[in-house]
Amino acid sequence: MNLTLFVWRQKNAKEKGRMERYEAHDVDPDMSFLEMLDVVNQDLIHNGKEPIAFDHDCREGICGTCSLTVNGIPHGEQKRTTVCQLHMRHFKDGDSIYIEPFRARAFPVVKDLVVDRQALDTVIQSGGYVSVSTGEAQDGNTLLIPRHDAEYSMDAAECIGCGACVAACPNGSAMLFVGAKVASLAQLPQGKVEAAQRVCVMTETMLDQGFGNCSNHYECEAACPKGISVKFIAKLNREYLKSLKE
Amino acid sequence: MFAKLFKNSVGRKLIMAATGLGMIGFVVMHLLGNFSIFLGPEGINVYAARLQSLGPLLWVARLGILAMAAFHITFGIWLTLENRRAKPEAYAVRKRQASTFGSETMIYSGLLLLTFVVFHLLHFTLRVIFPETSNLIDSAGRADVFTMVTESFRKFPVVVIYLAAMAVLFFHVGHGFKSLVQTIGLNNDKTLPLFGKASPLLALVLVLGYISIPMLILFGLVKG
Ligand code: HEM
Ligand code: FES
Repeated sequence: MNLTLFVWRQKNAKEKGRMERYEAHDVDPDMSFLEMLDVVNQDLIHNGKEPIAFDHDCREGICGTCSLTVNGIPHGEQKRTTVCQLHMRHFKDGDSIYIEPFRARAFPVVKDLVVDRQALDTVIQSGGYVSVSTGEAQDGNTLLIPRHDAEYSMDAAECIGCGACVAACPNGSAMLFVGAKVASLAQLPQGKVEAAQRVCVMTETMLDQGFGNCSNHYECEAACPKGISVKFIAKLNREYLKSLKE
Repeated sequence: MFAKLFKNSVGRKLIMAATGLGMIGFVVMHLLGNFSIFLGPEGINVYAARLQSLGPLLWVARLGILAMAAFHITFGIWLTLENRRAKPEAYAVRKRQASTFGSETMIYSGLLLLTFVVFHLLHFTLRVIFPETSNLIDSAGRADVFTMVTESFRKFPVVVIYLAAMAVLFFHVGHGFKSLVQTIGLNNDKTLPLFGKASPLLALVLVLGYISIPMLILFGLVKG
């Protein structure tokens, strides 16, 4: 099939970018979205033009590196799918596709579709860890954790840190990301020790890093390739309320 | 503790939620009180006289609502400005998947509500919009609130203003209620879809209750 692409091109962080039009010919429906871009890039290189820069690593939906906004939705319209796992069979011959970077003040564009998501790491470094001793491997079985708690924590831990929630949020808030981390750790005995301090520090670092506040639009959940629920934001809010008592 | 709330993103949201909940509480009580107009002058004039007889207590309540509104508006504007700064560049194409017209226009519906409240206070509290029918005394020597309200709502443009304001209230509370439930942390898998539906429903019931008053008066169905 043949497609028309409108792609955000931006030389570097300083220069202004703009949307540019490209034609993609003979696209195989079995290609992934990134493979389609690879082919377009081959063409560009062949014609002596600058290829389109985009982030990717595992290409199997687990690392959270790919970060394209496709037709106005981070990772595209396909539910629970990273853009590297999005296949061209979901598009029709003759479609126009708009490809833009993940947008937020906390995610400055590095080049074209590549953004700097270090701010998420800074938020994790501020409190997304457990510093109490959890013992050696064999000690894992000595501390029994109810199945519900384990499942709940693991559901939150599914977050791959791609930043689609931030990109989808009209406020550029990282609340789903922070909520998933806070909820995942607060549900486990090892994480409970520092729960109060963690929720305060991480939400404050979030603002410092230029993310917005949550207005409960829930665009984050809809865009999340791992289907992380906004119930974890409610959990974060509960954890914050608890921290006020301390 | 206040200082702690102010500097935290969730803390600021909690102030919005608490003041929003307080104002929803007020809006509900106000509606129940207003329904006394359907009992005629003996209903609403007595109700109004009782309220006035509370004296200092009435002022405590008024100042409480004023304080809530002040915090709500200040933080609403502050959060909105902060959130806009956090999303400086718009997408060329953006597809809304979960947010609603109401959720994305909270600041506009809020500011419109503020404008309406000012008008409403001038109309029925300070009574300067239609002074000739607003300062009468009934046969029992009480302020004649019944005549003030019914005379106003026989005027079509006045009814239009109130209908428009209630449409705005629908959008603000339609998102606001479910948002505050989430902010105070009450949600889980089951309650999320529940409050998602209950919130616009609550807003609808409130708004229908309010507009029944001017509508029934306009159509001549409320008799003294
Ligand atoms: C008078 C002017 C008002 C302004 C300027 C205003 C502004 C706002 C704004 C901007 C928000 C969204 C904040 C955010 O989540 O980012 C909001 C939320 C809210 N408003 Fe208002 N509002 C006003 C009046 C009211 C009234 C009269 C009520 C109640 C009937 C109300 C109830 C709420 C509730 C319940 C929320 C949700 C709080 C939360 O998200 O937790 N507001 N308001
Ligand atoms: S490239 Fe690893 S998740 Fe897409």
